[in-house]
Amino acid sequence: MPWSLYLMIFKNKFNIVVGAVTEIEQGKAKANLDVFSSTLQNLAEHDRDIIVVTSDSRGSGKLAPFGEKFPEQIVEVGIAEQNLIGVAAGLASCGKKVFAVSPACFLTARALEQIKNDVAYSDNPVKVIGISAGVSYGALGTTHHSLHDFAVLRAINNIIVVAPADNFETEQAIKLAAKTDQPIYLRFGKKPMPLLKEVNDDVFEFGKGRIITEGNHVAIIATGETVYPALQAAKKLKEQNIAATVISMHTIKPLDTRLLKMAAEKCKAIVTVEEHSIYGGLGEACASWLLQNVFNKEGSESPSFGGVWGGLFKIIAIPDEYTVTGSQQDIFNHYGINEKGIAEQVTKLLKK
Amino acid sequence: MKYIFHANAGHTGGSLSCIDILNVLYNHVMNVSPENFKSPDRDRYIQSKGHSVEALFVVLADKGFYPESDLNTLCKYNSHYIGHPTRKVNGVEQNTGALGHGLPISVGTALAAKLDNRKFRVFTLLGDGELPEGSNWEAALTASHYKLDNLCAIIDHNKLQITGPTAEVCNTEPIDAKFESFGWAVRHLDGHDLNELKETFDGLPFAAGKPNLVIAHTVKGKGVSYMENVIKWHHGVPDEKQYQEALSELDNAMVTIPDDF
Repeated sequence: MPWSLYLMIFKNKFNIVVGAVTEIEQGKAKANLDVFSSTLQNLAEHDRDIIVVTSDSRGSGKLAPFGEKFPEQIVEVGIAEQNLIGVAAGLASCGKKVFAVSPACFLTARALEQIKNDVAYSDNPVKVIGISAGVSYGALGTTHHSLHDFAVLRAINNIIVVAPADNFETEQAIKLAAKTDQPIYLRFGKKPMPLLKEVNDDVFEFGKGRIITEGNHVAIIATGETVYPALQAAKKLKEQNIAATVISMHTIKPLDTRLLKMAAEKCKAIVTVEEHSIYGGLGEACASWLLQNVFNKEGSESPSFGGVWGGLFKIIAIPDEYTVTGSQQDIFNHYGINEKGIAEQVTKLLKK
Repeated sequence: MKYIFHANAGHTGGSLSCIDILNVLYNHVMNVSPENFKSPDRDRYIQSKGHSVEALFVVLADKGFYPESDLNTLCKYNSHYIGHPTRKVNGVEQNTGALGHGLPISVGTALAAKLDNRKFRVFTLLGDGELPEGSNWEAALTASHYKLDNLCAIIDHNKLQITGPTAEVCNTEPIDAKFESFGWAVRHLDGHDLNELKETFDGLPFAAGKPNLVIAHTVKGKGVSYMENVIKWHHGVPDEKQYQEALSELDNAMVTIPDDF
């Protein structure tokens, strides 16, 4: 199926059409965290059931203005992440639209049992918000990194796992999360993120990846704050006559396997990029699906045999080692999660 | 007892220590029934010591949430009546089983009532053995910080846990002074004295603006002589002879509650 047809079906199926966002200069790029905070304030303006629960994290979560404006809608529990999630679950069980906000590193490790039992298993639709995710707190060391969150949450039933890439995806994800009655985990960082598309009429839906740019040689499937460097790499590859598709796979679970399949049928190589351990994240989710499913050779430009996808595959992520420290960008550069590193991995893969 | 015997599994001792408390809560104290279970104003019960689920299941059946015969499937393949409370069972508020979870969830639920100016109350039952879980103390702080006098935690203080006497495993005494210093109003009672249970719960809230704690002194395995205060009955299952003996003792101990209780 051609991309345009996919997009058409996609748009027709869901009638929440987001207005075009135009001409946002990169200099005006905001951190996804700031967009989260302002979106939440807009929502709370019209909905008294929106409740933020924080663990001394209103400063790092840019929620101080929210607290000042809506003192009745913010619950502070102090530095106590397990309690944060338990309290959030209790509030959600009474119909509150609860955003439980704390750094991703603590929330998805220390409070993991509460996320598993009180939120996912008990089906209390808490919006678990992991701020300063991945290596956003790069210089603070492993205690403050969350490179395990996709892996552990993917293995827990009944929770949507989302890493928005840019301000557009963040705003849409927060708005949608407020309306969703299923538990959800959203994670993002604090660095300003340029918009992936200058003109954008994409429909945002959990479990439906976004095609940012199209090409037939390689599909770069990235998530969160690595989609932008993936897009930069695609531009660089174009100079070498390598046409790349770039997908923002903002939802890690449920994975958009339809889009993955289309990418696999169209391109002979797939590269995944994520701000996460090489284990258990987006890359392994894609690899697992590709290996266990059959492909229709008809109309396919990618090498298939016996129904099994025979393409080339590479995961770009944080390796399983004592993680280097520095700024988020320093760490990305160190591990090749940047324009140059991703482009190099693609050319290397295509030579195989 | 019957269902534990037939399931060949269960937490016998702890279910017998808390069943009197549950009977009084469901039949005298709480405004909850199959008819109002969807109402946002119903009282909530969240069982933190989820392993004593058999007591909850029989009380909910007795209350009319489902036919008691459903419990014949206890712990059987694909039954909703598993070894811990789940919301798949009509009348159960939250899925519990991991210890130290009930109090934080109850705090959030009681807080929701305060935010919405609703009058419902939240009851949660903790085992004394689960008090070392740090999340309890996190929640205890939050409860008094938000002045949740609509919250009542009950500790089933049977003084035994799987390894041995709770005081020897990890001494949590004095429980009352600890909670009082956390800003709670605390009462002690005999957890098998129906009148004392009734009168104490009728006195809620114990102090305006303070969360309530009832330390219920109970006997693990209450009502079955050979089980009382014997650790192996934490999750022991009786054999045929022991089972018949237990049934006979429990039948003899049965009291009829007057209509005006």
